[in-house]
Amino acid sequence: MNLRAIKLWLDERLSLSTLAEIASKKEVPLHRQTIWYYFGGMTLFLFTVQVVTGILLLLYYRPSSENAFESVQFIVTEVKFGWLIRSIHSWSANLMIATLFIHMFSVYFLRAYRAPREMTWLSGVLLLFIAVCFGFSGYLLPWNKLAFFATKVGTEIAGVIPIVGRPMLRFLRGGDDVTGATLTRFFGFHVAVLPASATMLIGIHVLLVQLHGMSVPPKYEGTNVKKMKFVPNFLLRDLIGWILAIGVLAALAALFPWDLGEKADAFAPAPAGIKPEWYFLFMFQTLKYIPAKLWKFDGEVVGILTFSFGALLLFLVPFLDRSSGHQRRRLVFNVFGVLVLLYMVVMTIVGYVT
Amino acid sequence: MNPQDNRAYLRGALGLAMILTLFTISYGQKKDSCVECHTRLGGKLAEPVKQMKNSVHQSRGLSCNDCHGGDPTQDEKEAAVNPRTGFIGTPKWNEISAFCCKCHSDANLMKRFNPSLRVDQEREYTTSVHGKLLAKGDQKVATCVSCHGVHDIRAVNDPLSSVYASNVAETCSKCHANAGYMTAYKIPTDQYVKYKTSVHAKAIYERQDLSAPTCNDCHGNHGAAPPGVASVANVCGQCHVRQAELFQASPHKPAFDRMQFGECIKCHSNHAIAKPTDQMLGAGEQSVCVTCHKPEDKGYVAAGQMRAKIDQLLKSVDRSTEILNRAERAGMEVSRPKFELREAVDAVTHARVLIHTSSPAEVEKMIAPGLEISKKDYQAGVGALDERSFRRKGLVVSLVFILFLATLVYLKVKQIESRQTA
Amino acid sequence: MKNGTADRDSKLEPPVPSMPGRRSFLDYLLGTSAVATLGAILYPIFKFMSPPPIIEAMQNSVEAGKLSELPVNSGKIFKFGSKPGILVRTETGELKAFSAVCTHLECIVQYRPDTKQIWCACHNGQYNLSGKNIGGPPPRPLEEYKVNTRGEEIVITKS
Repeated sequence: MNLRAIKLWLDERLSLSTLAEIASKKEVPLHRQTIWYYFGGMTLFLFTVQVVTGILLLLYYRPSSENAFESVQFIVTEVKFGWLIRSIHSWSANLMIATLFIHMFSVYFLRAYRAPREMTWLSGVLLLFIAVCFGFSGYLLPWNKLAFFATKVGTEIAGVIPIVGRPMLRFLRGGDDVTGATLTRFFGFHVAVLPASATMLIGIHVLLVQLHGMSVPPKYEGTNVKKMKFVPNFLLRDLIGWILAIGVLAALAALFPWDLGEKADAFAPAPAGIKPEWYFLFMFQTLKYIPAKLWKFDGEVVGILTFSFGALLLFLVPFLDRSSGHQRRRLVFNVFGVLVLLYMVVMTIVGYVT
Repeated sequence: MNPQDNRAYLRGALGLAMILTLFTISYGQKKDSCVECHTRLGGKLAEPVKQMKNSVHQSRGLSCNDCHGGDPTQDEKEAAVNPRTGFIGTPKWNEISAFCCKCHSDANLMKRFNPSLRVDQEREYTTSVHGKLLAKGDQKVATCVSCHGVHDIRAVNDPLSSVYASNVAETCSKCHANAGYMTAYKIPTDQYVKYKTSVHAKAIYERQDLSAPTCNDCHGNHGAAPPGVASVANVCGQCHVRQAELFQASPHKPAFDRMQFGECIKCHSNHAIAKPTDQMLGAGEQSVCVTCHKPEDKGYVAAGQMRAKIDQLLKSVDRSTEILNRAERAGMEVSRPKFELREAVDAVTHARVLIHTSSPAEVEKMIAPGLEISKKDYQAGVGALDERSFRRKGLVVSLVFILFLATLVYLKVKQIESRQTA
Repeated sequence: MKNGTADRDSKLEPPVPSMPGRRSFLDYLLGTSAVATLGAILYPIFKFMSPPPIIEAMQNSVEAGKLSELPVNSGKIFKFGSKPGILVRTETGELKAFSAVCTHLECIVQYRPDTKQIWCACHNGQYNLSGKNIGGPPPRPLEEYKVNTRGEEIVITKS
C-alpha cells in the first residue's frame, strides 16, 4: 500500500483527477490591480479562523446572563491558551470585516460586478450584512457593561424605523429590554443561524467565482492580459498572506489582549463614552450630528432610513451600473464611491477622536 | 290643662330643647372663639393660630384651650378667658415644664394619642443642667419651648421639626453658639462650628445618614448634660462597640479616669471628631500618644510598635495593589487576587480598631494573616506579569517561525516559476 | 478514467526538478517547517480542549463548604463571585446565607452565636436571621441567597 495506490483508489471514487484538472485550469489575470484579488481569499481565511476559534470557545462558553461573563473570564484565566483563542477570535473578527470592506470596495471600483457576475455581487453584499450581524451579535456575548449598553443603543436605533421598527426591536431583544433573553437569542443567531446562512452564501459566492473566473478591470477587457496559474502559483502566494495573517493575529493577541471589562448590570447607569464597534461608528457618529428634527420628521428616523436606502443602493449596484462602457457613468460611480469611502473613514476617525 | 295637653306641651318642649341642644352642640364643636378672635385681631395676636396650623397638636384635634384652658364657646373675651374656666395665659418661664407635662407626663392620657411616647421628660429635665439651673432661678436656660417651639410644634420624625435629627444641632446652637448670650456660663461656644467639621456631621448633612449622632445622642435630650468623664466610652460605645470594649479593658481606662481625661475625647476630641488617621498613632509629629508618653516609656514603645505593624501591612497591601494594577493594565486577568486583597485591607481596618487595646501583641494577631494574604496576592501579580512576558517571548519565537515559513513558501513560489519559464 | 493515465499521473505527481539537490533541500525545509508550524497551531488547540484544573466557572452557585465542617449556631464567610457572603447554621440546624456586605458603610458582617444575630462590628449594626436590619445604622436588609445541600456539600445560589 503506497501513496500512489491510495490516490488511485480515491480518484476512482471521487473523481479527484477531474477536480485537479479543473483546478489546474483556473487562472488569475496579472495587471496593476492584481493585488486586490488577494482580499477575497483573505476574508475567507479569516472566516475560517473565526469558525475554528469560535467552535473552541463554544466548549467553555455559557450563554446565560448569570454565567456568560464568568465563563469568558474562566476561558481567559483558567483554560490553557484560552487567552490566545479568545483574543484571536475578537481580533480576527475585526480584521475580517476590514478585509471584507477592502474586498468590496476593490470589487466596486474595478467593476467586477459587471455581467455575468451580478449574483456574485448580490451574494457578497448579503455576506457583508451577515458579517456585520455576526459582529453585532458576538459583541454582546461576553455580557460586559460596554457590550450591554452598545446592544441597548443599537437595538434602540433599530426600533426607531417606522412601522417595522418596534416589532424588529422586540424580535432582536427577545422582549422590550435587553435581558438574558437577548443574550440567549443573540447566541443562537451567532452560532447557528448566521453560520448556516454564511456557509450557504459563501458556497454560492465561491462557486460563482469559479464558474465565471476572475474578472478583469474594464480597461484590460479584450486585451491580452498575462495570466498566472491559480494552482500552485497564486495559491502559494495566498498562503504567504495567510501565514503572515496568523502572525499578525498572534501578535495582536499577545500584545493587545482583548479587554474583558466589567460584568453587565442592568440597573447601573450607562458608562460615559459608549461607542459601538468601529464598523458601526461612522453611522453612529452621523446620527449624532443629524439635528433632532428635520422639517417635521424625527432626525434619527431620517438617518436610519437614509442608511437603509444606501444599503439598498449598494445591493443594486450591478443593476444601477448596467452600461459600464459609458465614460461619464464610470466617473459618476467612481466619484460617488470615493466620497462614500472618504465619508466612512472621516466619520470613523471623528468618532474615535471626540 | 288636661293631661293630654300637658303631655303634648312636654313633647314639644323636649323636641325644641333637643333641636336647640343639637344646634348648640354642633355650634359648640365648630365654635372655637379663641381661633376666631385671634385671627380677627391679626398681627402678632394671630401668629399663634397660624403656627398651630401645621402642628402635631392640631392634627390630633387639640386646640388652644387644651393647653391654655378657657372656654372656646364664649365669644366675650371676659367669659372666654375667665380664670374660673381654668384659663392659664402665657405660663411663666419656670412653669413651662409643668405646663407641657400636664399632659405629657400623664401616661393614661398620652396612651390615647401615642402609646409609645415616653412620659418621663419632666423627670429627666430636672436632672439636666438646664433643669437644675432653672430650679435655681435662671431664666436664660432652655425649657420645652426653646427646642420644640411654642405653637408650631411638630412631631420629632417630621423633617421640618426643630428637633428632627438633622435640625437638632442648629436648634441647640441658637443659644450655645451665641457667645454674648453664654458669657455668664463660662463654657465654650464653639461646639456647633466644631461639630459641623466632624465626620458625624458629614454623615448627617452630606449623606443624609441619620444614624450618625448629633447633640442629643451623646448629651441626652431632656436630661441634657455632658456625660461624666468616666462614662464617655459608654456613650461612644453605643455605636463604636468594639473600640469601647477594647478601651475599657485596656490600661488606658483606669489611667484616663484617674486623670479626668474624658476617655475617647482625649485622643479623638468631643465635637470636632475627624476621620482618624494612622498619623495619630505612634511617635510622629501628629501623634496623640506623645501628648502624654515620653520616649522610652512602655506606652511610647508600644505605640511605635503598633504603628510600625500597621504601616508594614499597609505597605505590603500597597505593593500588591500596585503590581496587580500593573498586571491588569498589561491586559492580564487578575480580578480574583484583587478580590482576595480586600481581605488584607479588611485586616488593616481590624488592626486599626485593635490599637485601642494598647497591645502590640493583639494588633499582631490581625496583621499576621493580613500579611500572608497580601504576600500571596503579590505573588499572583508577579505570576501574571511573568505569564505576560512568557507570552511575549512565545510570540517572538512563533513570529520567527511564521516568517521563516512564509519566506520558504515565497522561495518555493520563485522556484516553481523559474522552472515554469525555463 | 483509465486512459490518459500518464497525464493524470503527471498532474498528481510533483514535477521533475532541474536541480535535484537544491529542490530537495528547499522542499525538505518547507516540509519540516510547515509541519512544525502546524504543530505549533495544533498544540495550543489541543491544550485548550483538555479540561483545565478548575473544571468550571462556578459563580452563580458556589460551594461554600461541608455540612460537617459547619457546627450548629455558627457562621462563616465565603466568596460569592466577587463579593463576600455569610453562611449561618442556626440553632435549629437551618442553613441561611446572605450577602456579607453591611448596608451601612460596607464593612463585613459576622455571626454572633451569643445573640444569635448577624452583627456588624463597625458601628454596631444588627440584622436578624432573615437578613432584616433590626438595630443600629444599617438602612436596608442584607440580600438573601438560596442554600441547598448536595449530600455533604453546601451549595449557595443567588435567588
